[in-house]
Amino acid sequence: MLDIRNLTAEIDGKAILRGIDLTIPQGEVHAIMGPNGSGKSTLSYVLSGREGYEVSGEVQFDGHDLLALEPEERAAAGLFLAFQYPVELPGVGNANFMRTALNALRRARGEPELDAVQFLMLARAELKRLHMPDDLLKRNVNVGFSGGEKKRNEILQMAILRPKLAILDETDSGLDIDALRIVADGVNALRGPDFTALIITHYQRLLDHIVPDRVHVLAGGRIVRSGGPELAHELEAKGYVGLTSAAEAA
Amino acid sequence: MTALLHKGAEGFLARFEGLKERLPGDRHIREQAAAAFRAAGLPTIRDEAWKYTNLRPVAEASFYEPLTPLADCSDLLARLPLLDSPRLLFVDGRFREDVSVLPSRISVENFAEVADFGILARPEREPLVALNTMLVEDGAVIAVPDGVDAGMLQLISVGTDAPGRPVAFHPRHLIRLGRGTRMTLVEMSGGEGTYLHNPVLEIHVDEGATLIHVRLQDESPSAYHLSTLYAQIAEGATYDSFALILGGRVTRTEVHARLAGSNGATHLNGAQLLGGTQHADFTTVVSHDAPNCASRQTVKNVLTGRSRGVFQGKIEVARGAQKTDGYQMNQALLLSPDAEIDSKPQLEIYADDVKCSHGATVGSLMPSSYFMCAAAAFPNPRRGRSWCAPS
Repeated sequence: MLDIRNLTAEIDGKAILRGIDLTIPQGEVHAIMGPNGSGKSTLSYVLSGREGYEVSGEVQFDGHDLLALEPEERAAAGLFLAFQYPVELPGVGNANFMRTALNALRRARGEPELDAVQFLMLARAELKRLHMPDDLLKRNVNVGFSGGEKKRNEILQMAILRPKLAILDETDSGLDIDALRIVADGVNALRGPDFTALIITHYQRLLDHIVPDRVHVLAGGRIVRSGGPELAHELEAKGYVGLTSAAEAA
Repeated sequence: MTALLHKGAEGFLARFEGLKERLPGDRHIREQAAAAFRAAGLPTIRDEAWKYTNLRPVAEASFYEPLTPLADCSDLLARLPLLDSPRLLFVDGRFREDVSVLPSRISVENFAEVADFGILARPEREPLVALNTMLVEDGAVIAVPDGVDAGMLQLISVGTDAPGRPVAFHPRHLIRLGRGTRMTLVEMSGGEGTYLHNPVLEIHVDEGATLIHVRLQDESPSAYHLSTLYAQIAEGATYDSFALILGGRVTRTEVHARLAGSNGATHLNGAQLLGGTQHADFTTVVSHDAPNCASRQTVKNVLTGRSRGVFQGKIEVARGAQKTDGYQMNQALLLSPDAEIDSKPQLEIYADDVKCSHGATVGSLMPSSYFMCAAAAFPNPRRGRSWCAPS
């Protein structure tokens, strides 16, 4: 589903990613952990196409040369990014925002677009399933949302869009335990052969709720270790210290 | 045939000389309009009312008389979001009964037969109205009898492509809503190739009547659309309009709305979504001639590429028009460094107990908002206009 080969990225001449190799088979959930400044968020931005990075390497995503696509083309091809800090869009209604996104994906998949009524039926069903209040749709995108509401909103958007690959960029940061569970339940509900995810996180906490198939450790712009879910627990116990110095020596 | 090819104003005057024996209606009205047009010529940017809109491409072009009144326009029609209601269809400015669906309960006549020039147009003040008056061949003359709810009527213009032979047409539409009537008028303009569409609309909304006027200007990318609308709103009547401006190379939507009786209301709203090198001008004059009337205008622009939007809005409050409530807002979102908006509000107030305000905003999208939308698969407005177009 996702195949990353020797991916590098720099910003203002400063190398952030120094050659990432990573393969995520379809239907699997992988986690990337790493200390501050290791390049975790940069990886999510580079994969989703944010401007401002000098990028080289190769990324295959579901048959697409991902780096050749514009951000909106990547999204239309089934890539979803849950933002670490979701952006407020004053004046843009949440329902309208999500319907526009969904219809862009449906067009790309050759499916008919949904009108406002059809969309609301679908969105309300997802809200109910995720135990979220209806008024989330009526508000402007993220405007005045609490930290927890913003993250729930990302999960709602993901549930409605049904992406092929979801990248969750530190979705757990700033969440209390209830909100964390909502995020985890939202991801777990989508798990299946057609859903692939890359979860970027600082702490092992989220991975107690979303048990990944593989865990990778990012340090100094490279993946320095990969392992099963138990690796997360090891990191939680020992910290990143040994790994970081290994990366710097390399 | 034409030995000498005239350009711009001269070309139009030459056409009038050649055609005038055959044009319908009062010769005197046309001669007067021709004299006004001969004196004024096409507006230039030295005219204050045209300061931001340069008609040089029109002045330097030669336009021909439409020759294709029977052209097959089904392809062009298919591109317009036609509604399932009666429609009056004009191709290159000429009525086409074969593809129209006539309404009931409403009287519809052709300008070509009745040649009703109306009473509101001011050819001596507006050169393009003079041009229209001089050369108009056809149009719709619509009357809604007192008390009738006329439902929806579509007024559609299609310009056809004649390569190397661009046409100009100047339809004249007259719409009279009787007392206590209602109608929704959906006006659409589209086409293909290069042409000049220079319509004049005259609208009377009588006592207690309501006209909802929805306008879609989606002309061909190389077309010129210069429309002038005059509306007279009687006591307790409402003229509520929204114009969506998408097409054309150089376009102007000019509206003169006069609140002639007390407790009238008008909304002149618009949205201009432009890209490439498009230029669109939205110019309004609201005259509050009677007390206790309200006018509202919100005009939004979303501009990409090297496009340019213009909003000129004037509110005139006459001496006796106390308790006037006038509001005007122009907003522009500039999505590229080369896009431009020119916004000119004007208030002229001769009454002392009124509430009038205007405002304007200009801004761009923050990169983070932009990326947020791109990551949600929104088509990129820098590569087209579809991001903002109605879906």
